[in-house]
Amino acid sequence: MRRLIVSGAIALAALVAGAGAVAIAAGTEAHPPHRHWHFQGPFGTYDRAAAQRGYQVYAEVCSACHSLSLLAYRNLIEIGLTENQVKGLIKDITVPDLNDDGQPIDRPARLSDRFRKPFPNELAAAAANNGKAPPDLSVIVKAREGGADYIYALLTGYVPFDKLTPAQIKELNVVKDDNYNTYFPGHRIAMAPPLSDDKVTYVDGTKSTLDQQASDVTEFLAWASEPWMENRKRTGVRVILFLLALAGLMYAVKRQVWANKH
Amino acid sequence: MASSHGTPPVFNNKVIAWIDYRLPIFSYIEKEYHTFPTPRNFNYFWNFGAIATVMLVLMIATGVVLATNYTPNVLMAFDSVERIDRDVPSGWLMRDLHMNGASFFFIAVYVHIFRGMYYGSYKQPRELLWILGVVIFLLMMATAFMGYVLPWGQMSFWGATVITSLFSAIPVVGDSIVTWLWGGFSIGNPTLNRFYALHYLLPFIIVAVVALHVVALHVHGSNNPTGIDPKGPQDTVPFHPYYTMKDGFGVVIFLIVYSAVVFFAPDMLGDAANYIPADPLVTPTHIVPEWYFLPFYAILRAVPDKLGGVIAMFGAIAVLFVLPWLDTSRVRSSTFRPIYKWFMLLLVVDVVVLGFCGANPPAGFWIPLSQVATLYYFVHFLILLPVLGKIERPLPLPPSIADSVLKKKAG
Amino acid sequence: MASSSVPADGHGDPTRRDFLMVATGALGAVGAAAVAWPFINNLNPAADTLALASIEVSVTPIEVGQAITVKWRGKPVFIRHRTEKDIKEAEAVPMSELPDPQTDNSRVTDSAKKVRPEWLIMIGVCTHLGCVPLGNKPGQDKGPYGGWYCPCHGSAYDTSGRIRKGPAPLNLVIPEYLFVSDSLVRIG
Repeated sequence: MRRLIVSGAIALAALVAGAGAVAIAAGTEAHPPHRHWHFQGPFGTYDRAAAQRGYQVYAEVCSACHSLSLLAYRNLIEIGLTENQVKGLIKDITVPDLNDDGQPIDRPARLSDRFRKPFPNELAAAAANNGKAPPDLSVIVKAREGGADYIYALLTGYVPFDKLTPAQIKELNVVKDDNYNTYFPGHRIAMAPPLSDDKVTYVDGTKSTLDQQASDVTEFLAWASEPWMENRKRTGVRVILFLLALAGLMYAVKRQVWANKH
Repeated sequence: MASSHGTPPVFNNKVIAWIDYRLPIFSYIEKEYHTFPTPRNFNYFWNFGAIATVMLVLMIATGVVLATNYTPNVLMAFDSVERIDRDVPSGWLMRDLHMNGASFFFIAVYVHIFRGMYYGSYKQPRELLWILGVVIFLLMMATAFMGYVLPWGQMSFWGATVITSLFSAIPVVGDSIVTWLWGGFSIGNPTLNRFYALHYLLPFIIVAVVALHVVALHVHGSNNPTGIDPKGPQDTVPFHPYYTMKDGFGVVIFLIVYSAVVFFAPDMLGDAANYIPADPLVTPTHIVPEWYFLPFYAILRAVPDKLGGVIAMFGAIAVLFVLPWLDTSRVRSSTFRPIYKWFMLLLVVDVVVLGFCGANPPAGFWIPLSQVATLYYFVHFLILLPVLGKIERPLPLPPSIADSVLKKKAG
Repeated sequence: MASSSVPADGHGDPTRRDFLMVATGALGAVGAAAVAWPFINNLNPAADTLALASIEVSVTPIEVGQAITVKWRGKPVFIRHRTEKDIKEAEAVPMSELPDPQTDNSRVTDSAKKVRPEWLIMIGVCTHLGCVPLGNKPGQDKGPYGGWYCPCHGSAYDTSGRIRKGPAPLNLVIPEYLFVSDSLVRIG
């Protein structure tokens, strides 16, 4: 009997492991190296200062091509800004709307507005970018295998043409105008290297290196992908503690009930 | 058994007595869930029926509230799911519970099916009980498949395209059937709309079939680890409090594992590509269904012929319907079947192997491996099961359930 | 299922068994209540809806004698820049003539208690059966009292938006609003 339960448990474990294995679908590209993120682990939270700097990088660099359409300006309050600070950040931003006569106008952005898109629609975005529309970044960290590690690796993984080995150039058929990225599937990426040292001047005075910008904007995009993450983890700790207590009591009750039957 | 126990209960509460005289719901509950004589020797595998029921209720409850905020339109579906996560109060909780709930519902049901197969719970006189269970399993697969389409990500779209295209393998009418399923010439808004409607409907049909499953169960009562029938009161205990409390404990333990995934790794079982909005012009490099379909997906791909693959995949489920008649053994429980027991465990390993085959691209050694695993799956059901029942010499059965419990205690 | 030949302690003790049952039942009930809450809360207005619960409107472009309509919480809000004549007429009406007596002053006071008689801000929904009264756009029938006139059942409102004639029981409703500055008003 006991042996059977053990073998059953092993079979169950195998089933669960099989289920988990799906998540780890194998890829052939270079795996992004793992970095430590402030938000990882069961108690991890977002680094507010990094996320605010990351917003600055997004606003000054990425937003020229990439939309962030699922976020509203009011959401920026969640990364530790006050309402007035956010209003200050968006005071020069206008968003498209219709006036009372149905004519398209640009009006000043409000807190309740979604982030302004750089292109009116996907076709226009593709037309302005050599036929490939830059992806929306709202859930980009969840939408890529490797998550934050991949985004950071991609942003820092460009190799200039003159640093490539002849073998790499031959194998991938790279020409001088191509952008070679170690971590992009297929390596030839449409996006030119977006970040470089001193590309932005941080308002908080942090030294603006390529690494710093990539790490900050990744923190920001990780938050953008799941702004409720801290709430989720907090709730989870409470739920599991509660269930453990209930399990203990249930076990005691079950033993009491069965006491005279064993 | 069930028909021969106890006298009708007497209710002291006047209101309850009044109602029960006219509509005997309280007598029913008393008879079927309180005094119901249940074999006293269940192990923890017998918890999974109750666990699956809890998951079904949880899926319906979270599903109904999610439906109040979801928009079944190709232009808005993806964003409406994100809005549930981001803006709707407790919306993220409902969605994480629901999308992981599907996985844990399947885990519970797979263990439940394994238990039924290992202990021969499908054998006479429980054949219809088993068949109703297979019907529930089929309905669950249809529901889960259509539910996965609703977020309208890349995997939703392409998974739906691949699976519905299976029907095009049917000779002559295949293409017309696919067009009919789609309501158009590709997966589109009409498809999303009908999948949503059916995804909402099917769970209630599952509830109805579960009710029949339980009614059928209570005609002859549960099987048990020895596979022998209870011979008298010394072999049974009342369902309540003995199994209500034991099931309750099992349910809480299961919920702990479930909560760990819901709250600390909600996307572990999902696919990153489903966070990319559906794009009919770009196919993901690697289309995989949800993990609970992987063994069947592997069987589909193992056969190097379109129609053959589809037949093999549906055959893998169809064979379960006739399982009670394929098994020729007179002994129910594998505990007393020294040879079959190991083949049964090998089947579990085989299905897990098929799962890995389904998760990986059909290339290299995965192809022959999935073919061997598919072959074993069918050999197990169609050859081993009928033949072993005839030639295997079972171990001696204990004289009664009580006897086996006492013996275990002594040893 | 542990099969010990030594009985666990407390087996025959009814008080301990009762206590365990009650404690488990109580904890289970607490859990059930805690689970019920997110399901109920789920149907409350979402964050994007709440973000539109208050709006800010610039009143600078509205000339004296003009009015605009803005949408707020799914309903029209009338903002009228009243003339001296409008204000004088509204203030001169004796309370006894009003079905729903309210002074004009009380209807042009913002939530900071500041009175701005030139700005009348009301929800443009007739208090009878919910139609939108006419009179907010130039050229529309303002009714016999120079305010608004509901085309559905003929309710007439004065230049303070108070009901004067017809089936409507109450004056047009004043929403909560605050002048953030002389040119910007926040409604809600």
